[in-house]
Amino acid sequence: MSIPVRVMYTPQMRELIKKVEETRPSRLGIDFPRMTPEERQDVLKKFHPDFIESGFRPVKIGVNKGDRVPQELADLLEAPSMIRNVELDLEKINYDVDVLIIGGGGAGAAAALLAREQGVEVLLVTKLRFGDANTMMAQGGIQAADKGNDSPLIHYLDVMGGGHFTNIPALVSNLVNDAPLVIKWLEDMGTMFDKKEDGTMITIHGGGTSRKRMHTARDYTGAEIMRTLRDEVMNRGINVIEFSPAVELLLDEDGKAAGAVLYNLETEQYLLARAKTVILATGGSGRLHYQNFPTSNHYGATADGLVIGYRAGAKLIFMDTIQYHPTGAAYPPQILGLLVTEKVRGLGATPLNIKGEQFVHHLETRDVESAAIIRECNGRKMGITTPTGMVGVWLDSPLIDLIYGEGYIEKQLPAMLRQFARFDIDIRKDPMLIYPTLHYQNGGFLIDEYGCTSIENLYAIGENSGGIHGRNRLMGNSLLDILVFGRRAGYHAGLKSKEVKQKKLSLQHLYNYQREVEQSGSAIVDRVSPVLVPHYTHREALGLF
Amino acid sequence: MSALEMVDIYIMGKKYMVPASLTIMNAMEFAGYELKRGCGCRAGFCGACATVYRIAGHYELKVGLACQTRVEHEMYLAQIPFFPALKAFYDIEDLEPKASSISRYYPEIYRCIGCNSCTKVCPQDLNVMQYIAHAQRGDLYRCASESFDCIMCGLCASRCPAHIVQYYVGILARRLYGRHILAKSIHLQQRVDEVIEGKYTAGLEALMAAGLEELKAAYNNRDIETEPKLCLG
Repeated sequence: MSIPVRVMYTPQMRELIKKVEETRPSRLGIDFPRMTPEERQDVLKKFHPDFIESGFRPVKIGVNKGDRVPQELADLLEAPSMIRNVELDLEKINYDVDVLIIGGGGAGAAAALLAREQGVEVLLVTKLRFGDANTMMAQGGIQAADKGNDSPLIHYLDVMGGGHFTNIPALVSNLVNDAPLVIKWLEDMGTMFDKKEDGTMITIHGGGTSRKRMHTARDYTGAEIMRTLRDEVMNRGINVIEFSPAVELLLDEDGKAAGAVLYNLETEQYLLARAKTVILATGGSGRLHYQNFPTSNHYGATADGLVIGYRAGAKLIFMDTIQYHPTGAAYPPQILGLLVTEKVRGLGATPLNIKGEQFVHHLETRDVESAAIIRECNGRKMGITTPTGMVGVWLDSPLIDLIYGEGYIEKQLPAMLRQFARFDIDIRKDPMLIYPTLHYQNGGFLIDEYGCTSIENLYAIGENSGGIHGRNRLMGNSLLDILVFGRRAGYHAGLKSKEVKQKKLSLQHLYNYQREVEQSGSAIVDRVSPVLVPHYTHREALGLF
Repeated sequence: MSALEMVDIYIMGKKYMVPASLTIMNAMEFAGYELKRGCGCRAGFCGACATVYRIAGHYELKVGLACQTRVEHEMYLAQIPFFPALKAFYDIEDLEPKASSISRYYPEIYRCIGCNSCTKVCPQDLNVMQYIAHAQRGDLYRCASESFDCIMCGLCASRCPAHIVQYYVGILARRLYGRHILAKSIHLQQRVDEVIEGKYTAGLEALMAAGLEELKAAYNNRDIETEPKLCLG
C-alpha cells in the first residue's frame, strides 16, 4: 500500500517522535518487567475509572435497587418508557413466531442459526442493519485452547485471573470447553482463519493469556466471523427485520417473556411480535460515554436491551465494571476513541511516554494496562499533549516490522494501516498516539449456562449478559462468548419454545415500573428510554457550544 | 483557539457550513442530522456509510465512507445506505470449490466488460475487477484473498454496468475457499474430539470447586509461553 509522505503529526509531535526513534534500538528485544499482583491492585485502585466514585450512583428502582451503576445508565433505568403514552392493542399481533431474537450482531446471528436447527420459526429483529454490531469491529481475534501445549483448563485459569477471580465459574467452564467447538463450527462454515499451509492455526498472545491461543483472520477477525454468520442466516431463510428495534418487552399474564414491542425507525410505527421464547442480544453501552470517555463502540451501543430487560424484571450483575481498552486513538481528533487493536501489542508494539521510555509491560490485562496509561498521563504527567488538548502515550508500532521483518504490518494489520493512512500517518514508520477508550461492558444480565435470565423464557447473550468475564474481560474472549452462549441460548430457546403454552400478552410490568419511577421521585422528565441512537453535534470537541 | 476553518457542503443539495476538519459523517451531525441509516461502526469496518460526492464544477463522481472521509469545500454528497442486490441462497457444504459453483448462482460475472468502475469506486482500494476475473477462472484462492478486506458497502455493484454484485461473489468465493480448499486444522479436530469425549470435564469441575487462594496460586505460578525469537537481520 502506498501512503502519501505528507505527515499529519505536527512539528512539535515530530520532535517528540525523534526520542522514540532514539530509544528504539535499546528497547528492541528487551522485555519490560510485568507488575506484581500488589502493583496491579495499586494502579487499578488509584487510576482505573471503575474506582472513580463520582462516575457511579445506586439505582433507585427495579430489581437491582441500591446497586452501584454508571450515572449515565442510571439516568436511563430511572427514565420513563418511550412508549408510556402510546396506545397499543395487545390483541393485534404483527409477527407470531417461536423464537424472537433481538439484536443482529454475532450473538444474535449464532442464536438464530441454532434455534433454526431445532426446527422452529425464528425472527431476528435489529435496530440498524443486520451485522451492525461490535462483532464487526472486533479486530484482534478469538481465543480457543486448541493447541497441543494448551487446554481448556489453562484457558480457564487465564479467564479467571483476568477477571480477578470474580467470574461465575460455571459460565467460564462453558466458555473454555465450548471454545474449540465454536472454532470448528466457524471453520466448517468457511471462515478464513489465518493458518499455515498444513492447516495449523496461526495463533498469538493477547493481554493476559499464558498460551498463544488467539485465532485471527488478518485484523478483520470479527468482520470475517460476522459476515460468514450473516451469510449463513440469509442462506437458511431466517426472517430478519432491520431498522426495527425492540423498545419494550411483552410478558404474558404469568410474567414470563412473550414477545416485544418493535419500533419501525423509518415509519415510526409500533409493531407487536409475539414469541414463545425471547433472546436479548443487543450489545453494550459504550455510546453512553461513561465519565465522558471516548468509545470504540458501534453507533448502536446505547444499552437498549439493558433498559427493556430491566423493566421486565431481569436481574443485572457487575454493572459497575466497565472495560477501557488501553489503546484508543488519541490522535488525529477525527478518529478519537477508535480502537487500535490489541493485536498491535500482541505483535510486540509497546507503550512509551514523552521521553520515549516504556513504563508498563505491553501485555498486562486491559484494566491494568489502561490504568497504567492513565497514571502515566494524569498522575506522572509524562503523556504527550495534542493540539486539541488531548493527552496520550505513544504505541511504538514500527517495532513490529523490526521483530518480524518488513511487510509484516501490511500483511497482519491491513485495517489498522489503512485507518491511519487515511489521515496520512504511516504506522510502519511512526508510532501511534493512544489513550484508553470505553470499550466493553463487563456486566449485564445474570444468566445461567444456557443464557437464561431471571425471567422465564427470557435469554440474554453477548455483551448484554454478565458474569462470564467477572470484572475484566481478556481480549479474544468476547468474540468467543457471543458464539458460545449464542449457540447455547439458540439451542435451548429453540427447544423450549416447543413446550411453551401461549397466554395473553401483558404490559403490566411496564405500568408497575412506571409507577415506581414516579414514586421514587427520580423521573428525569426530559428523557425517555431506550434512547436508540446517541446524539452528536461535535461542537464541544471543536470548542464550540 | 483560533477561528475554525469552515467549508460549504451540500447534503442532498442543501447547503451547510461545517468545520473543514470533520469527516462527512460528523459534518452531517454537525449540520443537525440524527443518523439512522448510513451510519454504523464509525470506524471503517461495516460499510454502512457509502457516500457518493462531487466537487462543484467537476464532472467526476467520487466515493468514500462517510466516517473515514474528510469534507471538502463545495462537496455535493448523498449516501447510499442500501443497495437492492440479488443474493443467492446456497448450502456451502454441498458446493464444490470451482468456477461453476459461483457462475451457477452469479452467471453475470461473465458479463463483465472490463470497465474497471468497481475498482475505481472501492473505498477499500481493492482490485475488484481483478478478483471477479479470478472468480471467472475459478481461482478461488486469489479471489478470496484479494476480496478479503471487502466491507460489503455496495458501491461496486451500484456502478457495475453488467449488474454484477461483486461483494456477494467475494463472500461465496471466500466461503468456498475456507470450507473446501484451506487445509483443515488437525489439532483443532483433535481438541474437539477430546472435548466431546469429556476429557476436560473432571478437570474443569475441580477448578470450579477450587478455593480462591488455590486458584490464585495456580494463576500466579502458571508458565507463560514465550515470544518468538527476533529476526533482527
